[in-house]
This record gives sequence, C-alpha cells and structure tokens, in this order.
Amino acid sequence: MRIYSPSEEVDFVVVGSGAAGGVMAKQLAVAGFSVVVMEQGPWGAYGHEQDYNKDELSNRFPAEDDMLLSDPSRQRNTFRRNAGEKAVPGHHNYGCVVGGGTVTYGASSWRHLPWEFDEASRFGTIAGTGVADWPVSYAEIEPYYTQAEWEIGISGPNLQTPLIAPMSKPYPLKPLPLKSSGALLQKAAGQLNLTVTPNVAAIITEPYNGRSGCINCGMCSGYGCQVKARSSSAVALLPIAVATGNCEIRAHSYVREINVDASGRATGVTYFEKKNNNREVFQKARCVVLSANGTETPRLLLLSKSSRFPQGLANSSGLVGKYLMSGNGGGASGLFPEPLNEYKGCVTGAAVLSYVPNDMKGRGFYGGGRMTARGQMSPIQYGLAGPHGAPSWGAGYKKALIEQANRRLTMVNFISQLPVESNMVDLDPDVKDAWGLPAMRITSTSHENDFKAMRFFIDRSVEILKAAGATQVWADDVSDSRGGAHARGTARMGNDPKTSVVNKYHRAHDVPNLFIVDGSSFVTGGRNHPTMTISALAYRCADHLVKAAKAGNVTI
Amino acid sequence: MSDSRRNFLLKWVSGASAAWLAANWPAEVAAAEKAQGMGNFTFFTRPQAAEIDAMSAQIYPTTDTPGAREAQVVYFIDLALVTFAQDKQDVYRQGLADLAAKTGGKPLGSLPDDQQIALLTGIEKTPFFKTVRDHTIMGMFAAPQHGGNFRKVGWQQIGFDDSLNFRAPFGAYDKA
Repeated sequence: MRIYSPSEEVDFVVVGSGAAGGVMAKQLAVAGFSVVVMEQGPWGAYGHEQDYNKDELSNRFPAEDDMLLSDPSRQRNTFRRNAGEKAVPGHHNYGCVVGGGTVTYGASSWRHLPWEFDEASRFGTIAGTGVADWPVSYAEIEPYYTQAEWEIGISGPNLQTPLIAPMSKPYPLKPLPLKSSGALLQKAAGQLNLTVTPNVAAIITEPYNGRSGCINCGMCSGYGCQVKARSSSAVALLPIAVATGNCEIRAHSYVREINVDASGRATGVTYFEKKNNNREVFQKARCVVLSANGTETPRLLLLSKSSRFPQGLANSSGLVGKYLMSGNGGGASGLFPEPLNEYKGCVTGAAVLSYVPNDMKGRGFYGGGRMTARGQMSPIQYGLAGPHGAPSWGAGYKKALIEQANRRLTMVNFISQLPVESNMVDLDPDVKDAWGLPAMRITSTSHENDFKAMRFFIDRSVEILKAAGATQVWADDVSDSRGGAHARGTARMGNDPKTSVVNKYHRAHDVPNLFIVDGSSFVTGGRNHPTMTISALAYRCADHLVKAAKAGNVTI
Repeated sequence: MSDSRRNFLLKWVSGASAAWLAANWPAEVAAAEKAQGMGNFTFFTRPQAAEIDAMSAQIYPTTDTPGAREAQVVYFIDLALVTFAQDKQDVYRQGLADLAAKTGGKPLGSLPDDQQIALLTGIEKTPFFKTVRDHTIMGMFAAPQHGGNFRKVGWQQIGFDDSLNFRAPFGAYDKA
C-alpha cells in the first residue's frame, strides 16, 4: 500500500471507509488521484478475512482491537427526547472498522423507489416536518444504482412490480435462500394477497469478482464474513483503491477537525494517531470528502468550529445535525409447530413489499415500510433473551427454552420516519468522549404520524404471522428510536443554501472543496433501508467530482 | 483429582439430578477431567465455586436432560471472571458474602431444593443474581472452548448445529 506523508498535500482525504467512503476512495483512486482514507476504527481482518471470528462469546466481548463497532463507553454519546430534557448516557453505536458498517451489517440493499425522491411534490408537505423534494431525481441516480449493484455485488430477485424501483439492468446474482421464515411469509401472502420476495442483499450467492459465494454459516449480522461473501466496502471496494497505488488507508486515525484557511477553503484534517499515543497529526489535502456516517459527519462539522465558521463548518444554514432520522421499527413474533432453524443462513429471508408505498387516504397517515422475515438468534443471544411467556430461570425457563428453540419467526419492519428539525445530533455541553472531545448528543422524538405508522406495521405483522400458521403470536410495543446505525438527514442536500447543507453534487454550500456524502445527505428517509442509496449517491458524487477535478476545479 | 471433583459436584446433587448423574457419571466426568484438567479454579475458592455451582444448578437445572452442572458452567464462570468479565469480580465477592449471610453460612446446595429456590427467588432482582443468571446461560451456550457447554450439551438441547456451513433447505418450511 502506498504511504503518504501527512505533510504531503494529497488530492483527497476521505473521512470514513464505509458504504460511501469506500466508493469515494475507490472511484477517486482509480481516476488517478492521490487519496488518504481516515478510519477511526481498527483494521479488522482486512486482507485476511478468513480470520474473522465466528465465536459468539468473543464477538460479544471483543478485545479492543477486535471491535467492529464503536463502543459507547469510549465513543460516548448521550440521548434525550427533547430539548427540555437533560441528556442521559446513550447506547448509540455504528460500524467502526476499516469498511465501516458494511463489515457487519445485515446487508439489505433495496433501492429507493422513484417517488421517494419527490414526496413533497407528490404527497404534499406535512406540518411540523421538513419533508422536501430531493434535488436529484430517480432518473438521474438510476445509473449509479446499477453501477453500485454490479461493482459491489448485490443479489436479489428480478421481478417487475411497481413495488420495486425500475432497473435498467437486473441484479448480477440470484437471491439468497428464502429460509423457512420466507416460505411462511409466502404462505401468508397467498391468503392476504401480499407481494413477498426474497430479500435484496449485498451478499453474493456464487463466486463473483474473486470472492466466494455465501456458505450460509449463520453468524452473519454483527460478524465479519470469513468467506468475503458479504460485499462490504472492505472486500469489494477498498482493495481496488489500494491496488491503484494511489490510495492509503489509515486505520486507528480519528479525525477531530476539518481545517480551513482564511479564505474558507478546507486545507486538510487533524486526527489522533493511535499508534503514537494519540498525538495530533495534520494531513494536508486539496479537497476533503466527509463520509463518517449520519451521526459522526454532523458531529465533526460541529467540532470544526473556527473564527470564520463559528457555528461549525458548512453550517450557515444552521441545519448541520438537524432533521436526524435514526430509524424506526417494531413488529411481532410468532411460534410455529416445526423448526425453522433461522440461525442458518443470512439474517433476512424475505420481504413483504405491499406496504412500501404511501396510502395517505387509505391509512390516514403518511408513510410506509418494508417488512422482513427473520428469526435468527444465536445460542447465547437466544438463551439470554429467553423463551416467550416463561420464567427467566429455573426448570420452567429451561423447558420453554428447549420447546421454543428454532421455532420462532420475527417480523422486523423498516418504517418511514419523517424529518423533524428538532430531532438532531449536536455536541453535549458536559460529556466528553474518551479522547476529550465533546460527546455526541442525540435529541429525538418521532413525529406523531410515525407512531401511527409503527402501530400499523405491528398490527400487520400479527396478521401475517397468524395467516402463516403461528400457534402463538406476540406483538412488540410501539417504541421510538433512540439512535442507530441508519442515521440519515443531518447534512441534507438541496439547491438553496438557506435550507440545506450540500448541493446536488454533495459539495458543501459554504466550503468550495468540502464534499459530504453518506446518510447525512438524505432529504427524506425512504423506508429505512439506506445503504444502497448511500452507495449510489457516492458513485454519483464521485463521477461529478472526478470530472471537475480533472478539469482543475472541484468547485461544482 | 477425579475423586475430589466428583465429590465436589456430587455432594450438592439431590433427587432426579442425582439419578441422572449416577447413570451418566463415569464416562462424562472421566472425559471432562482428562480433557480439561478440572478441579482447579482461578478466581473462586472451592467453597465459593460450590456456591456458584449450586446457584447455576438452580438457574439451569438438571432435569431429564443435563443442566448447568453437567455443562460445567462453574468453570466457564471462573474463567470469565479473570477474562472478559473481570469487571464483575466485585459483584461476585459481595454477592457471595450476602448469600452466606442469608444461609447462615450453610452451603446453598446443602439446603433442600425448595428452600434453595425460595432463597434465590428472594434475591432474583439483585445485580448478583442477574449476573450469575446471565453467566450461567452464557456458560450453557458459549462454545466449549470457554469452559462450559461441555460436549456441546447446551447446543444439543436447543438444536444448534455449529457446522457454520449450510445448504438450504434450513428448516421444515422451506423444503421444496
């Protein structure tokens, strides 16, 4: 791997190596630019993925260098429901390793549908929310979805239905096994007239680009993939960037500030270098790309205060960190007479698509969601959670645990969430992280409409489980989000610098050579399956950025 | 070694558990001791280990199938307390002292089962009991290399196959 000196001015520093950072690094390096990727987390098993651990206990209690996710005791964060409350310690975390969240995620890879880019025009704005059209249309982004699916490696069914975005090219790989959960959903679909399909996933099902197909090991979401079947940024993108000889990945490098000069241009980033006792190092760069995820991206902008940017970098609109959508869910579980053995294979078997579209007249509220069939629980997880409706220890616990083992199906739903300005990421005034920087503070209460949506999906889940033949069904309580890895909206795109943070090419309105691309760019949240859209946005951003940089001026 | 370990465990067993153990004892224990050099603890004293073993045996009892005792959960916990769960050492020290106060210093396992269960039910909301409960379950279902789940008895009970390489169909409902 090419190594740059921090004093050497590289063309691009990319902060973050996940779904967006990986695409940006690869596209920029392949185009011939010098790139340094800053990753806060460790290397993981980058380049020796066969060493990824499938041991549940070790995965639950990893040594510091084996952690694949951020640690809320070090990457401290706080949470409050509204600005009137004092924030309490939070549990928000995210992928924190070379490859980011894509190393461990469930890998669902649904495109947004065309109408998810202009919901304000189609359905109208909603009081108390910032619902707005995106500055890009589905038609503009479609080629980049296709590029992402083929380069990264996405498996899925090739169906023609208005419930799936139109595709100019089919998925490159056949879908993953339906699993017993998916087969049961199909049974229910027959009775309830629902559309059910195998899941769309960034998991390859046969050899592809030199990687192995999925072996259905079952230790999937939350684990690194030892056969490289999960199409993470760390196996599908970053190695290509490194192979150009133009790209250095710098792990254990926690960026604390994006630096600017007197003219307001970004000059590089300052980071803590772990291997040298967290000394501060400045990496000089012509252009900075920020892809640190929907919560850390706004935090870094807010941390990058200067006399020129007193309310944080790129924040003349005051909207950095605002309109946070961290992801709502809720569903139900059921028991079936025979074993499903959901612990085998990847996490999601199939999806119900029928309730993805809006039906404001029919349902009385905005929104929709994608329902997924799951039931995967690894042994310790299952034991600790315990059987349903049984004591938490003793003979009754043991009996029920054995009886219910492998017979559970859980509907996990990915539900729309409205952008509300008061839901936000900002800096906690009191709490510091383990590096002495102000901790992230999350403030979030979903819009009342979103509670109706959650109730709707919990009820539909119960209905589906009963139709599938469950002998016992129990519903989740409606529960509002407290943060999570699907954070979106916190540096929203738009044409007007007063009401958005980045323009339609992801350039910060306020900083000519700063590009912000990840979940923070989202204007509306889709159906809480953000990763494929993050990838496509990054491909599109990189395409325009490469053309501009080759012409000698990145200010697009 | 084998006698002391055998006595350590058998001493606290009663009723159906004893019958199960008596029937299954020789092969299981001989293998365990040979394989793992059992009988020594790293964190616990022997009396402490006996208390935790008795608690675990109520949390995940031996019934018509093996329980925490046969899965050798106490060894898992002993190892846990000097590795990933070092931060729980004080919870155990304090909890064991509190437990001794409740039993008047008698070994928990020397009490009849119903008294043990009543006593543990009385403390089931305490951090100590909750921690032992969680560690017992982890010891049942973590990989055997961590000291418990001896011969995968925990995994067998919940139908978990640790092959880590499967082909569909996986369950009863996705068969063609």
